[in-house]
Amino acid sequence: MTSLTATKRSTRGAPRAEGGRRAVDRGAWFLVLPALIPILVLSVGPLLYGILLAFTDAQSGRTRSTQWIGGLNFQDLLHDTLFWESFRIGLVWAVGVTVPQFLLALGLALLLNQDLRLRWLARALAIIPWAMPEVVVGVMWRLVYNPDAGVLNETLRDLGLGDGRDWLAGLSTALPAVIVVGVWAGMPQTTVALLAGLQNTPRELHEAAAMDGAGAWRRFRTVTWPALRPVALAITALNFIWNFNSFALVYVLTSGGPGGRTRLPMLFAYEEAFRYGQFGYAAAMGCVMVAVISVLLAVFLVGRLKGGDET
Amino acid sequence: MRTSTTGRVGQYAALLAYLVFLAFPFLWLISIAFKSPRELGSLHPTWIPRDPTLDNFRQAFDEQPLLRAAGNSLLAALGAALIAVLIATPLAYVMARRRTLLARAATGWVVVSQAFPLVLVIIPLFLVLKNLRLINSLSGLVLVYVVWALPFALWMLVGYVRAVPEELEEAAAVDGAGRLRTLVSVTAPLLAPGIVATALFAFITAWNEFFFALVLLKTPEKQTLPVVLTHFIGAEGVADLGPLAAAAFLATLPSLVVFALIQRRITSGMLAGAVKS
Repeated sequence: MTSLTATKRSTRGAPRAEGGRRAVDRGAWFLVLPALIPILVLSVGPLLYGILLAFTDAQSGRTRSTQWIGGLNFQDLLHDTLFWESFRIGLVWAVGVTVPQFLLALGLALLLNQDLRLRWLARALAIIPWAMPEVVVGVMWRLVYNPDAGVLNETLRDLGLGDGRDWLAGLSTALPAVIVVGVWAGMPQTTVALLAGLQNTPRELHEAAAMDGAGAWRRFRTVTWPALRPVALAITALNFIWNFNSFALVYVLTSGGPGGRTRLPMLFAYEEAFRYGQFGYAAAMGCVMVAVISVLLAVFLVGRLKGGDET
Repeated sequence: MRTSTTGRVGQYAALLAYLVFLAFPFLWLISIAFKSPRELGSLHPTWIPRDPTLDNFRQAFDEQPLLRAAGNSLLAALGAALIAVLIATPLAYVMARRRTLLARAATGWVVVSQAFPLVLVIIPLFLVLKNLRLINSLSGLVLVYVVWALPFALWMLVGYVRAVPEELEEAAAVDGAGRLRTLVSVTAPLLAPGIVATALFAFITAWNEFFFALVLLKTPEKQTLPVVLTHFIGAEGVADLGPLAAAAFLATLPSLVVFALIQRRITSGMLAGAVKS
């Protein structure tokens, strides 16, 4: 919230400016305003409003005025086992998607950084999941997983691995199946970011290490990884946040089913707010999500940065 | 760098595995889009449709108002892209060139805005837009999309502005060009390709967006393509696969074409934004 106080302070400072260098600043103010107003009205404002709502009993379509109820929503939330179950699923999903996403993207980025034929094709294909609407990604994988017309079961049948199953409807298979889709959909951004990081690693160092007889793994550990670390940390942290907050993919694939096995926190909060109209309660969920994710990320980043000093 | 032959073979095998993993779902979508209902009902589906047909496409247009939805999507995406670039470019310029408190606050907002779950934003946004009578209207959606596309647009544009040498602007100023003139005749032309790429990216983001459209648009006449696509899937999760695949395929084409055009610029833009001056 420091950003908001900062903006307010400069609001007061700017209009008084006059003459010389100050005129430049006034010009800058004029350049900034068209973007600043929408940001304040439609992003910063709603965010603060949302946090306030978490402390009220706001509901949709109610005539009685909204009451300030303090921490009551949070107390209810504490005992809401359904929400915490959804939260647990959200964490499994976020970690289950982010980690393979990173490893697979790293592998692909290392390959694309080599002088291989067909590299252009891989680059072109890697873009498809990025450009696609999430809804279409969901639809597409429904077709892959479809028990009768799907390609997955047909391939399993061809390989003699049984008759296959209804992946998205099975209690034990739904979450893993959805996680695979998440990995697939998020790989391109991660690959592109890592590839960019790779292209910044010093070539000479690589060659020198190779001369000294260092094997591929050692070269990776001592030369590539130290250069790649900052990019890898940043993209992993971002991926984790994005994955934890994702909505459309799972909404289209399973809408949270079967039996809530894939009900991510975003889906839970969406239903709470727009199906049951519990605005205040859903806002409290949002706050809890932000808080827990921030703490987890802080722990992750501090741990990683410390680890960097040792090696 | 030298790599042994076995290493090379391993690398190609791995690359091939990636190609298959990335491509097969999309190929399957295309395959299903061209299959007849009878073939879809038969056991042992094949990759190549036995007798390809366009029936699914025809049926998709009959079942759902796809053209109107595409029109809505187009309006929302075009509006969002134009407005976003129009207001983001000046701010990005200031963020790249000045180290004021405001510029830093804007950078902070770009980062923080990524971390907040949409639920926390959508409920108040819903209430605010309701008060402004902008619920269930494309203009309201455009406004939301503009703000939603801004962080990434700013990120990219700041990178592009930094790539324009400040010395060029100073040289123009020495030659007696005013501030506005310098911006219009020196900086703007150099920025133009970056601005176009940013606008196209904002277009794709808005064209693909689902969550806001789902919450903010109530009547079918206003709904955008991604929302209408979900109508193909019935309440019980049962879907008419052929038309669904056909419609999904068509909805993807604009994004794919635009993305192919700007792919290089997007990747370099992501990088440029990350480089600290």
